[in-house]
Order: sequence, then C-alpha cells, then structure tokens
Amino acid sequence: MATLTTPAVSLQPKDYGSNQEVRWCPGCGDYSILAQIKKALAAVGRDPDQMVFISGIGCSSRLPYYMATYGIHGIHGRAPAIASGLRLVRQDLDIWVVTGDGDGLSIGGNHLLHAIRRNLNIKILMFNNRIYGLTKGQVSPTSEMNKKTVSTPYGSVGAQINPCSVAIGCEATFVARTVDMLPKHLEYVLQRAAHHRGVAFVEIYQNCNIFNDGAYKYMTDKEVRDDNLIELEHGKALIFGKNGDKGIRLGSGYRPEVVKLGEGGVSLYDLLIHDEKATSPALGFMLSRLRYPQFPEPIGVFRAIDAPVYDALIDDQVKRLTAEKGPPDMQKLLDGPDPWEVE
Amino acid sequence: MSTTNINPPTSETSTFKPKPIAEITSAIVRFAGDSGDGMQLVGTQFTDATAIFGNDLATLPDYPAEIRAPAGSLGGVSGFQINFASSEVYTPGDTVQTLVAMNPAALKVNLPDLERGGILIVNSDAFDATGLKLAGYTSNPLEDGTLDGYQVHKIPMSRLAKEAVAPAGLKPKDAERCKNFLALGVTFWLYDRPIAPTLKWLDAKFGSKPEIRLANELALRAGINYGNTAEMFQVHYRVQPAKTAPGTYRKIRGNEATALGLMAAAWKADRKLFYASYPITPASDILHELVKHKNFGVKVFQAEDEIAAMCAAIGGAYGGAFAATGTSGPGMDLKAEAMGLAVMVELPMVIINVQRGGPSTGLPTKTEQSDLLQALGGRHGECPIPIIAAQSPSDCFYAAFEAFQIAVKYMTPVIVLTDGYLANGSEPWRVPRVDDLPRIEVNNDIDPETFQPYARDGNLARPWALPGSKGLAHRIGGLEKENITGRVSYDPLNHETMVKLRAAKVAKVVESVPDQKLLGPDTGDLLVVSWGGTYGTVRTAVERMQAKGASVSHAHLRYLNPMPANLGELLKRFKRILVPELNLGQLLWMLRAQYLVDAKGLNKVQGRPFTIAEVMDRIQRTLDGEDD
Repeated sequence: MATLTTPAVSLQPKDYGSNQEVRWCPGCGDYSILAQIKKALAAVGRDPDQMVFISGIGCSSRLPYYMATYGIHGIHGRAPAIASGLRLVRQDLDIWVVTGDGDGLSIGGNHLLHAIRRNLNIKILMFNNRIYGLTKGQVSPTSEMNKKTVSTPYGSVGAQINPCSVAIGCEATFVARTVDMLPKHLEYVLQRAAHHRGVAFVEIYQNCNIFNDGAYKYMTDKEVRDDNLIELEHGKALIFGKNGDKGIRLGSGYRPEVVKLGEGGVSLYDLLIHDEKATSPALGFMLSRLRYPQFPEPIGVFRAIDAPVYDALIDDQVKRLTAEKGPPDMQKLLDGPDPWEVE
Repeated sequence: MSTTNINPPTSETSTFKPKPIAEITSAIVRFAGDSGDGMQLVGTQFTDATAIFGNDLATLPDYPAEIRAPAGSLGGVSGFQINFASSEVYTPGDTVQTLVAMNPAALKVNLPDLERGGILIVNSDAFDATGLKLAGYTSNPLEDGTLDGYQVHKIPMSRLAKEAVAPAGLKPKDAERCKNFLALGVTFWLYDRPIAPTLKWLDAKFGSKPEIRLANELALRAGINYGNTAEMFQVHYRVQPAKTAPGTYRKIRGNEATALGLMAAAWKADRKLFYASYPITPASDILHELVKHKNFGVKVFQAEDEIAAMCAAIGGAYGGAFAATGTSGPGMDLKAEAMGLAVMVELPMVIINVQRGGPSTGLPTKTEQSDLLQALGGRHGECPIPIIAAQSPSDCFYAAFEAFQIAVKYMTPVIVLTDGYLANGSEPWRVPRVDDLPRIEVNNDIDPETFQPYARDGNLARPWALPGSKGLAHRIGGLEKENITGRVSYDPLNHETMVKLRAAKVAKVVESVPDQKLLGPDTGDLLVVSWGGTYGTVRTAVERMQAKGASVSHAHLRYLNPMPANLGELLKRFKRILVPELNLGQLLWMLRAQYLVDAKGLNKVQGRPFTIAEVMDRIQRTLDGEDD
C-alpha cells in the first residue's frame, strides 16, 4: 500500500528491529504484527531514536524488546499510565503503547479508558487474541461467551467486551481494527495511526496458535473471509461479499441489516456510507457492534477526527500562565506572599 | 476562679480605657467549634498575625474526616491550636492556656486539654437546649459548676456578631456566621496581636464582595473592642517577639514546604518538575500548591488512580523530568508494584508519603507514624529504597530537596515520609536564599560509543539516557536485566548479582548521609531515639529532663534507610535506649534488628501527637529502671 507522506528518515524495516532474540511461539500472529510495524515505520520514515514503545505484561508486551527504539516493558495493565507521564514531559517523542486484551481491558481497563478520554497524543495497539496466552490459556474479557478454557472448564459466562466499542464509547479520536493475517491492511492501518494527532486506538485481531488457534478463521480463510468481513473506507458504501453484491443498510428502528444488491429493489444508494470524520461517535459505535456470524465484521478506520490534544492543552496553559505571571522567580516564590524581615 | 457573667458593652463602658498588659514568654491557644464555624480560618489568621508580629510558633489543626459532619455534634468538632513564644518553639504544646469554644460539643471535646485555671471563652448563645443535647450534656456546663476552676468568659457571640455587622446589610444568617471573626477579635485583644495582616487578607479574599469584607472587619473590631471594654477581662497579654537569626521569614505549612522543596530541587538542576498524584487526605495540598506554579514549567497530572500516578512518575523520569508523586498510606499500598518497577529500572524520582492513621482508610485526618516499615519493605522481592523523614513543617522543604539530590546521584526512587501533623502544622521559616542552595548536577550527556544501560559509575548509578538522544536507544523494564548490557536475562547468578548491586547501591547512599548528631552528652544513662514528626515534642521533653539534671540525650533520625554510619556506635554508648513512636514500634524493630540493642518503646496510636509530659514521664520511668 502506498506511503501516506514523505518519510523523515530513510530506513529499511529491519533497521527498526533490535538484536534481541524474538521469543514468541513459532506461528504466533505477533510475528506478523512486529513485521508490519517495522514496515509501516519505515514507510512513514520515523526516526527510531525519537520513538518509545511502552508495554504492560503479556505476550504482546514483549514487543518493545524487539524494537531498535527506546522502550519500557512495564507492569501489568499500566502501559498507558507510564506513557501518560512520558508524554506530558516530552512533546517531541513518538510514543506507542503495546497491550493485549487481558492487559488493556482487564487489569488495565482504567488506564486505557482515561488515556483515551483525555486524548493523549499516543498510539495504542491492542493485540486481541481473545485468550490469556502468557499465563497459559485462561479466559479473557474478549473471549466469546461459553468459551471453555482452563479457568472456565464448563464454559465462560461473562459477556464479551468489544475493544473498539469501548474505545469509541470513550470517544477516542482515532479507532481502527485490523487483522494479523492481512498484512497489507495491517500496515495501512498502522500508517494511518502513525499520522493521527491525538490518541489512536488500533485493535489487531491476533491468532494465538497455542491456546486459541483459529479464533479468527472466519476472517482470514480465503474461502469465507470476503463474506465475513467488511472493509470500511471513508465516504464509501458498506459493500462486502465474494461478488461484491452485499451491503449494510440501516433498517427500521436504526437497526443495521445485511441486504443483497438488486434483491427487492435494493441499490447502492440504499446502503450506509461510511464517515470516519463524523463528529458524533454514533455511526462508528454502531459499526463496531457488527459481529460475525450475524454480520460481516468491519475492519479499517471507524473514526478519525481532529480534537484538542491533552498534552498540548497542558502546554498551552503553561505558556499562558508564563505570559500572565511573567518569568519564574524562585526566590520570590520561596519568600511567599507575606514575608517579614528580622534584622 | 472567676466566672464572670457579662453583658455586651454599653456606651459607658466603651470609653477608651486601656487595660494593663502582662508580659509573658509563651502562650498556647486553641480555637474549637463546629466544622462549619470557620475555626481553621481564624486559627490561620491568628497564626499569620503572630508570625508577622515575630513570635516563634507551631500550630496543629485538628479537623474531622467528614467535610460536613452533623452540625453541633461531637464528631463535627474542628480545632486549631497554636503555641507561640518569645523563644524557640518546637511543638504546638500540650495543655492549652486559652480555649475558645464556639458550642457545647467543642467545649466537651476540648475541655480536658485546658489547663486548670486556664482561660475559657465560650459562645454562650450556642448553649441552648439543642446544642447541649447534641453534645450529650444533661445540664448546662456554663451553670452547673463543671467549669469551676477555669477563668470562664461567656460571650453571646452570635448575637453580638449580628448586631456588630448590621451596617454591612447581610442577611441574618450570614451576619451570624461572622461570629468566628468576633471570637478572633477577642483573642487578638487578649494577646495584643496586630490587626493589619487580617485586614489585608480580607481585602484580598473579599475584594469583590465588599459587604462580606466589611462585615468581617466589623465583627473583628467588635471582638477587640469587647475585650477592651467589657469588664470580664482584667488584663491582657503580650508575648515579645522571639530573638531569631536575621533573615527573611515566612509562615509555612508542611505540605507547602514539600511542594516548594520539590520545585527548588528541579530549579537547581535546571529541570522541569513533574508531579503526578491522585487526591488523598492529607497529601492533596501538595498537588494544590504545585498546580499554581505552571509558570515555573511545573507539570501536574491528576492521574486516574494511585497506580497511574506512580507509573506516570516513572514515565516522566524516563523522559528526563524531575518526577515525583505524593500520597498517603492507602495510596502507598497501591503504588507498591510500580515502585518495584521504579527500583528495577533504576530511575530517579521522589515518592512522598504524608502518613495518616491506618490500616485501610483508618483515620484519614489524624497523624500516625504508620508506614516506616512499609517504606522499608512494603514491596515484593529485594526492593530497597532510600527513606528520608521530615522532622518539622519547614523541614519538609529540605527533605524533599535532599530526596531529589539522592535520587539523581544514585539513580533511585527515594521515599520521603512526612505525616498529617507536619503537613498541616505550620511554623515560621527562615527562607533560604536560592543561591545558597546546592546545585544538583544531572548528567544526560552520554557517549553512544561506550553506552551500556546498566553500566555503573562510582556511586553504582546507571546512566540516565534520555529517549530522543541519538544512538542511545535502549529498552528497560520489569524483567531482570543482564548486568551492564541491560538485556533480558533469566540467568540465576546474574539475578543474584543484580539483587546485590541494587542493595549495595542503596547502602552506598550512606556516604551522602551526615553523621548522626546528639542533643546532649555523647554518653550517659539514656538515649532517646526518635524520627519524623515527633522531633519537636521529644526534643522539648529531653531538654526539660536535662534541665532537671537527668542523664539523657536525644538522637533524632532524618535518614531511615540507610541510617547514619555512626548510629550503631552511638547506641552502644548509652545504658538504655528509648524509642518514642506514634506506632507500635517500627523504628524500634529496625534498631533492634540492625544493631542488636535492647531498646524499649514508648508507643501511642491515638491519631494524636505525643504530649511533652507523656515523653518526660516515660523518660523518668525508664531512668528509674522500669524496663530493667
């Protein structure tokens, strides 16, 4: 896929990799994600010395060790909080958070929610394999209902959380979904995220071939995927299917429904048109709810809007107050408003 | 003693007849009322006037945990105590000499602390059937002999305030609220305090509400005139200014001093201060103070929780800021995991714990030396962190400043322990000159050719390589790292090497810790060892015992980890060791464990400081051989 802007530095994808041995299981979807991250960064031309990858705990969170950038492998769920501190003191850096479904939505849910609602200028990549991998196969908050795992041998009973719905619910200014096995699309989405100013939340469907193999087969198998996923493109109608003849229409009661073009007089003009720049998160939220098998699952950019960035607003306050109060005078500050002299 | 029933001043008595002034050397005054009565405010005004007048002083606010406890109830009583003198003052004092009680509940709660024969000023208007019932009085203490033996002054403050502020045109309810300034006026007269600082404060506070400003001034002046003219007071008092070292002075509270210490440290290193915190009593005032100073480039982050605040501090430190976080005990519990990460990644930052009564929510507004052992060991694994404890409100400034000096020199998080008593207490402070404060040298200029993330200098500190630097890209994290290279390592011997290196580094901080000094002879029958906020009380108690001829000395520890190099040797020069603490013996445990000495404890966990008398009594009993 084409580069979106001219690179600032000219490096090859391999230049973004560290010399640490990559220690994910053979066949893990994380390999593809790591490869596409390097490609996307090379394509947009980011300087590795200006980049920081920050992660929590879990398989996905090993990623910073494999990058030739700065990095912090943090503690479970807290990567957005570490990133918040760094972001506030350093406007110049390009900060990426790497998290997983358990790290980001279970133990670290609070931090994710607040990093998003503040619109911090950071990227958040959530590798969603719908399982706990590093701890060997327990149920995850994104696992489907009735899932049998080592911690739910009789089937899980808690409802499944939908990461993109959460992000849009917190009014993330950039929300996208992509899949480890669709490298071109993955690279495109990462480039889009790289260019977003503000919080960019990217959910990456990722296959755990050890504990949840085939979780996204319906999205990745060549024979069925065109009928089961729909690629969102700004300003374009929601069309999908092997023959490109199916679409999403808004039916009665604002309920989305799958329709076949040409059947019952349905034409292209009846379909929903995607608008990633809509100020209201309503359309993006509705699209994030579309789930296989009732619907094709959307991939692509749900939402990409411009909004004031938290760290920039803080900086603006510093500048405004410096202008109002004048240059700092530490002695005056220490002396306080009502000092007295003793001779 | 005299129980004078008094009527409001009449036109005859208001003729100006100055009453005699008695010179005294010190006084302890407590204002007590309902938490809605504005007692903290009048206490602060009295303190400001006293500080500017030039007395040395120490204050102790004591307020309920609820913002609005039921009006008139015992649980809703709020108090503010000030001890001021013409010589040095180290504590807010034990027994109160003048008590202002705005309602029956305040009287009931505070009367036990008033010395026999002391002055009691009460708002008699509040002693109605409802007020008495709320306080649990079955008969009126103003009339039933309860107050025999005190100099009682019954003043109908509510009524007088309403009458005095009539020209301001307030609604009756608002007018009645000015009674606290009437009470303040009476005490101003009683102790001959200057009125100007309070008038200046009123100008600043109510500049846009002239009627409120006027009403408060009228109430204040009415109180002063009342004292001067009413026949209840025969004499008033003057405490001459203290003879203190020349310089610029201000009044400072502990939390303010902590905030300024953090800022001054960043200033002396040409760094930006980053303070991440989650609101918690009694630490929030540090956050409130720092956020005022954005023009100093201070970045303040009210995080979503305590964990996030600690993590944000780590992120800020990685980015090169002077990063700090502040909290109290329950917040320290939550920060523990991230503090472990801070130790592992070896980044400089300061963690302030304004201790309060625990465990759990405990006593949020009350003081306790609750968390020394938590600071020492409250994290999993071998996780050493240097600890400094402030010893007075103004010392919080130096504790915070020194914490950054150590943090940067040794690339380590540092814990500063203050407490609710220091945080909210205040005292006059001879303000240091910024130029006299030491520079804090920071080195981020690292040669990429030789850079290794976990190479160490003479202090065992690793390099502080900042993201964005050319050629220094490296990864840090919670997993054990290979010595020198910083690569992830599961090697068993490497882990032991790294555990020992981190311990050796914190032990090496002792080189930056001054030798322990003693108050008193360096050998004798008894050494009293204290730490943190009990300094003033213990020092005063020891001084008084020394004046009585007792063979007792005092060591007050500011550095708890590592402890001063000469401490073990000092301990062995005394026959007995007594460790007074507002806990069940945490320093005691450390001293016994580290130095194998048979020290004994004086322990109190009532949410209140020691009294001087309590410490003196225990010293006497120890000297008498009670523990032998």
